[in-house]
Amino acid sequence: MFKRRTLVTAFVLCALALGTSQSFAQDKSIVVASTTSTQDSGLFEYLLPLFKKKTGITVKVIAQGTGQALDTGRRGDADVVFVHAKSQEEKFLAEGQSTKRYPVMYNDFVLIGPKSDPAGIKGMKDVAKAFQTIKDKKADFISRGDRSGTNTAELKLWKDAGIDINKDKGPWYKAIGQGMGAALNTAGAGNAYVLSDRGTWIHYKNKGDLAILVEGDKRMFNQYGVMLVNPAKHPNVKKDLGQQFIDYLISPEGQKDIANYKINGQQLFYPNANDPNA
Amino acid sequence: MTGDVSALHLVLSADPALLAIVRLSLLVSLSAVLFAALIGVPVGAFIALTRFPGREAAIVALNALMGLPPVVAGLAVFLTLSRSGPLGELGLLFTPQAMVIAQTILVAPIIAALSRQTIEDLWVEYRDEFAAMNVSTAGRIKTLIWDARFSLVTALLAGFGRAAAEVGAIIIVGGNIDGFTRTMTTAIALETSKGDLPLAIGLGAVLIAIVILINALAWGARRAGERYAG
Amino acid sequence: MRAPVSDLPIMLVEAGILAGTTTILDRISLVLGPGAPTVLIGPNGAGKTTLLRVAMGLIPVSRGRVTWGGREAVPPTHRAIMFQRPVMLRRSTAGNVRYALKAANIFRADWEQRTTELLKLVGLEDLGSRPARRLSGGEQQRLALARALARDPTVLFLDEPAASLDPAATKAIEDIVRAIAARGVKVVMTTHDLGQARRIGGEVVLLHRGRIVEKAAANDFFATPKTEEARKFIVGELLV
Repeated sequence: MFKRRTLVTAFVLCALALGTSQSFAQDKSIVVASTTSTQDSGLFEYLLPLFKKKTGITVKVIAQGTGQALDTGRRGDADVVFVHAKSQEEKFLAEGQSTKRYPVMYNDFVLIGPKSDPAGIKGMKDVAKAFQTIKDKKADFISRGDRSGTNTAELKLWKDAGIDINKDKGPWYKAIGQGMGAALNTAGAGNAYVLSDRGTWIHYKNKGDLAILVEGDKRMFNQYGVMLVNPAKHPNVKKDLGQQFIDYLISPEGQKDIANYKINGQQLFYPNANDPNA
Repeated sequence: MTGDVSALHLVLSADPALLAIVRLSLLVSLSAVLFAALIGVPVGAFIALTRFPGREAAIVALNALMGLPPVVAGLAVFLTLSRSGPLGELGLLFTPQAMVIAQTILVAPIIAALSRQTIEDLWVEYRDEFAAMNVSTAGRIKTLIWDARFSLVTALLAGFGRAAAEVGAIIIVGGNIDGFTRTMTTAIALETSKGDLPLAIGLGAVLIAIVILINALAWGARRAGERYAG
Repeated sequence: MRAPVSDLPIMLVEAGILAGTTTILDRISLVLGPGAPTVLIGPNGAGKTTLLRVAMGLIPVSRGRVTWGGREAVPPTHRAIMFQRPVMLRRSTAGNVRYALKAANIFRADWEQRTTELLKLVGLEDLGSRPARRLSGGEQQRLALARALARDPTVLFLDEPAASLDPAATKAIEDIVRAIAARGVKVVMTTHDLGQARRIGGEVVLLHRGRIVEKAAANDFFATPKTEEARKFIVGELLV
């Protein structure tokens, strides 16, 4: 007899605890599908409390690769998507999954590699040439391999170098299917090259023997865009709250907050919501 | 080196972020074990005590499900709870509730399989005496579960160990959202991939401490069982 | 509180037990009536234990009939059995007795008194709180007896009581059994120990290969056995 009573009590307690842990978040919250790079850079930890203070809205971030994040939007499991692969974003728009894309900010990609630089690409100004050299020397290269924004950019650079990477890859090319931090860990452990966004790189605490070897090429420009998932397709989308988040990001105040995010005095993202070509 | 010092500091100072993560981990895993027990023990008892066509197959299936890969369970729950899935209306994806569901699915077969084994072994021992004392069916089930309670508690602890240690299922259905669905294991995965070792190490230490505590409890339960019931 | 009809006499009429193609009991006709204990003897594999279980009602017969007090399929409310290797429930000595009382639907209010009485009867009154599994072999057998008696049975079946006990423990059990029989409980027991059969038996039934070979009052059986098998068995030459 007493055993049953304790079981029921425990059950009720757990249900209550779980219930209450959600209750205060349910009212004003949105789910934003974003990328691991954006998360790993620490931007959200900085930005979201500011947004919450201003609007009282809690933002729950699911960090995945850009491709995955957009798929989450397609399934209606997120209210807003915040990613950095314009070609994929435009496809998303074309499908009617969103009605408007807002540019928010940019940073750039950097080509990371071991300080010993076995492929000898340090300081090259032409990133496509650097990629070509890596392939020719069969130097170990880590690819995100996860349809992320960074991965999309990497694949484009192989194409720019005139390389069909799917055909020409060998054991030196390792696609790991994971986020930016994991890719950097793998590169560091294996003395390999990897393309990273600058934000994640600056925030990354395990640099070890890795360093920036190539940067500044115009093709390494990395644009971020934000979109509200189309409520016509998914009625559960929190239209107003989601739009408030977008409005904040592109507002002068939001853009200033983005610019103010620094690590060791270094700015990670450059706001450009006003750029019509972004 | 500095990584280790900061980790210790975080743990000792009971950093609120760390505490919140630990609290969620325990809540999710303990709830999962509770629900898994409510399902698993009766199922195990049923299979142990009844004869039905396909019983052997059911036992094999149950034992096999103990090794259900967490990511597979996570994926199945994810597809079900997604807004585009059959139970999307519930809006449970990326919530702690979804994590409890996924872990319950992982743990229930373990508890059911171990319960079945324990109860069946005891049933074989007690069967004649039950017949001799003319005990009712309900009475037999109650007696078997009660007399096997220490082994059953060990089964629950095994289930808890599995739940507390897994990361694949809950990261898929929970989304590892900061402050909402981030547990010890998912946080360790995240912080490690970010190269932020202090927090990852601190969480790892707490997780290991909890695992050791579980095993100590399991040991204590077994010893208590031996002492009080022979 | 007890039904006026009795389980006695227990009548087996041409009862047979088959396991696959093997005959374990063959055309057993036996009457177990009130009075002195009935002892079933015979070599290993003769079917003594099976016959006991049939008479208790644990196994249905493949052939023939079993009736208790003239009725078929009577639940074992007033019958009790003690197995050769009794299993102790995972609780204390007194807890085992209480369990038997509960199973026999005795009022909870009477439990404490009856437990004390039963433990005293079997000489375990000082071991009430010890985990039953930690009792010695002889003590466990006595506890099994106490459990069996919890329901105040009219018939008590004992399968090789004291089979694995030392002489002192054996004597303890036998004394209790004789006391129970003296109180009017019908005792039916199996044994391979001729001395025990002599000490306890009112009636002796010799089984061989599933058949009743000879049946007589104990004194008559041992003094003047009528069949060849009986003679051989008494001198220890009937092994299987």
